[in-house]
Amino acid sequence: MSAPLDAPSGAAASPEAVLAGETSKAIQGRSLGQIAWLRLKRDKVAMAGGVVIVLLVLVAIVAVLMDRVFGVISPDQFNEDLVDGSTMKPLGFFGGMSWDHLLGVEPKNGRDILTRVFAGSWISLLIAVCATLLSVAIGTVMGIVAGFFGGWVDSLISRLMDIFLAFPLLVFAIALAGVVPDKAFGLDGEQLRIVMLIFIIGFFNWPYIGRIVRGQTLSLREREFVDAARSLGARGGYILFRELLPNLLAPILVYSTLLIPTNILFEAALSFLGVGIRPPTPTWGGMLSEAVDYYTMPHFMLWPGLAIFITVLAFNLFGDGLRDALDPRSR
Amino acid sequence: MKRKRLIPAIAAGAAFVMVLSACGGSSDDGNSDGNGGDNTTPAFNAGVGKVFNKSDAKGGIIKMADNGEPDSLDPADTYYGYMWDFARLYGRSLVMFKPAPGKASEELVPDLAEDLGEASDEGKTWTYKIRKGIKYEDGTEVKAADVKYGVLRTLDREAFPNGPEYFKQFLNLPEGYLGPYKSKGVDTSSAIETPDDYTVVFHLKTAFAGFNYLAMLPQTFPVPEAKDTGVNYRDHVISSGPYKFDKVEQGKQFTLVRNDQWDPKTDKNRPALPDGFEVTLNLAQTEIDNQLMSGDLQVHITGTGIGSAAQSQVLADETSKESADNPSIARLWYTSINSNVAPFDNKDCRIAIEYATDRTSYQRAMGGEIAGGDIATNLLPPAIPGYKKFDLYPAGPDNKGDIEKAKDHLKKCGKPDGFEMNIAYRNERDAEKAVAESLQQSLERVGIKLTLKGYAQGDYFSQFVGLPSFAKSNGLGLVVNGWGADWNDGFGYLSQIVDSRVIRETGGSSNVSVRDPKVDQMLDDAIAELDNGKREKLWSDIDRQVMDDAFILPGVVAKVLLYRGQGLTNVYVNDQFGYYDYVSLGLEQK
Repeated sequence: MSAPLDAPSGAAASPEAVLAGETSKAIQGRSLGQIAWLRLKRDKVAMAGGVVIVLLVLVAIVAVLMDRVFGVISPDQFNEDLVDGSTMKPLGFFGGMSWDHLLGVEPKNGRDILTRVFAGSWISLLIAVCATLLSVAIGTVMGIVAGFFGGWVDSLISRLMDIFLAFPLLVFAIALAGVVPDKAFGLDGEQLRIVMLIFIIGFFNWPYIGRIVRGQTLSLREREFVDAARSLGARGGYILFRELLPNLLAPILVYSTLLIPTNILFEAALSFLGVGIRPPTPTWGGMLSEAVDYYTMPHFMLWPGLAIFITVLAFNLFGDGLRDALDPRSR
Repeated sequence: MKRKRLIPAIAAGAAFVMVLSACGGSSDDGNSDGNGGDNTTPAFNAGVGKVFNKSDAKGGIIKMADNGEPDSLDPADTYYGYMWDFARLYGRSLVMFKPAPGKASEELVPDLAEDLGEASDEGKTWTYKIRKGIKYEDGTEVKAADVKYGVLRTLDREAFPNGPEYFKQFLNLPEGYLGPYKSKGVDTSSAIETPDDYTVVFHLKTAFAGFNYLAMLPQTFPVPEAKDTGVNYRDHVISSGPYKFDKVEQGKQFTLVRNDQWDPKTDKNRPALPDGFEVTLNLAQTEIDNQLMSGDLQVHITGTGIGSAAQSQVLADETSKESADNPSIARLWYTSINSNVAPFDNKDCRIAIEYATDRTSYQRAMGGEIAGGDIATNLLPPAIPGYKKFDLYPAGPDNKGDIEKAKDHLKKCGKPDGFEMNIAYRNERDAEKAVAESLQQSLERVGIKLTLKGYAQGDYFSQFVGLPSFAKSNGLGLVVNGWGADWNDGFGYLSQIVDSRVIRETGGSSNVSVRDPKVDQMLDDAIAELDNGKREKLWSDIDRQVMDDAFILPGVVAKVLLYRGQGLTNVYVNDQFGYYDYVSLGLEQK
């Protein structure tokens, strides 16, 4: 019979020596988070997405600082001398690319595209992230309550979810954007607009998270640790928020990451339709909308389109990788 | 460029030009030897001021398209200039503008009537004699009573809300008259009389020297009372012109075919060359432009010109440019300065805006010199008789504004460091958004910070900028605006935009800012003035007064870039409408 262990040759073939080799590095249990992180690190594509996300967030922070706090960039500045007066076409290669204007300038008014794409990043990300947070907050609470309590509570909340999912969101958004007055709830102008967009996108998207959380809750509530907590005297609220919620964090995190790009596209669509942020404040969707009229000068459509594409792709790749990493059943 | 790359580049360039010339402008028909007097070779502006491709060949169907739809095919209910042009194909008004290029079209010539109206009672009564033997499409004869009926039905604003209201304003109607449907049997002879079958007499409340212009309106098309179907009349208007309706699908398309009851001997104005017309509705602008350039379509009926995407293509390419016409029209794009919103109640603050505006940037925002128009310095466009050029607020040698003077006036009105203001524009109009952005940049130079507010076009005047209470409570001190003359004379242009009495508290007026009792009085004097020369001078005086008040910031005198469809004959821009004259068009016969 051969020895199962790799025994060191010679004098160290005694049990103590072999065991000593094993314990020379301590056995450490790995937490779920650590396991997930290691698996994520191995997924190169997801990590690439993650890096891009981090960069985007940094860019957005720098953008809002430079644009609104310190005022060192001027995305609205016209450079009409860089554009031909009769065809409205920017002079120069591919929309007037030059060292001063790395991505070229807009037709007709000659605004620098790089500055505008850069300045547009923070609004797009801000609205998408805040709307996602709103959706997640409402969706999680509703989903947990529906999944845990069951019965008529579940029925009621599920029907509510169906109603919200069936709602013609785009139409409602357009209508609402038209009737919102200039001053309301103590805010006015652009701030009100941003809050309104966050509300519209976030408030109506909660069933997406809600259904997933409800499903997970339904499966989790049958587990032994819930019974154990109940037998110790824990009531509904405690079980919901101290026992179930931590176990739901994984799917919530994953689907939030996947919801952000949806909301970015949504905000872009609203801006494209003219119900987004007021001009001349740049947003990626707004720039695309203006670019359609000038489709014979494709550079104008390319850059904001590329910005949206890269952002959405990064979030999607990272979210997918996160889901694979956190899902105990895969691999 | 390196030598090696030059040759393929030249070859590619040559191929490109050949491809373009193949699909670009229309062909020589072999008759022309290229000299200008013939005007059959396509050239930029070949259809402006002269007839392009003269011909009297009959036949063919002219294909047209609309990127929206008309307000109505019913002549009582349309206020679109292009419909006033086109409707002459299926109806005849008492008088019409002479169908000729250039200044000749200013002249009103008789159409249904034998002659222009005869004024009496110092301009309060106007008499027209209509021709005998003019027949509708069903063979019945047109009588004076039909003209009276046609005018009376326009007074029903509920059934026909769109058309102009001049008849309501001027005719001496009985109190509370609501048109023939609602006020049945009411005696209207105080307003319109028909002493015999071929005479119509109009009685006005006040003298109006320009009544012939009202007689030009499609609202004077004869309508046979027995065949009137009220609001459904638009589905088949009974024709008194050279063409009649064949198919009408509201919102999709309509077609005209020859009216065999039309007698060319009674009509010197219409050559009626094509066999018919096909008009497709609600086709996208880019689609229309593409079809025009490929030859699948001959006319973009609205005459609003080619879209921005096609513009840069057409203007950049010499061959395509030869198919373009660039007329100036009697329309001004401007910005109203609303004195109801502080600090514009102070005249010096308004004058500061006039000086601080970068005019070249305004022009560019509207589309530049070719597609936008010439920079305007006063209210009347050059097409209006009586126009005189003047500039009360010179904008410096480069036309980019006089910052020093602007700052001076700001100091005088108590705002040396500028102030915050809102500017309203129509969301659907990219040019207006561009104007608002341009003004934001210009006025920032003197410390005036603008916030842009876009509103829906459909309700712009009825609910927003034209509703005085809304405009005031939302601080809409600057309003991007535009106005085209209803007809090219001082009254047709000015009356709806400088008379303070047209401003309604219930909203709807295009006059957002001009409130000067002196101007109102000058308008009243002008419309009663029967002497042409004196009247024309008065229009210019009104222009000067409004500019002195600084209630209006003029932008550009509109130009439009039209694409001349392939194979059309007798193409020219009718200066009175600013579009191609649809009555004269024909098709080349292959």
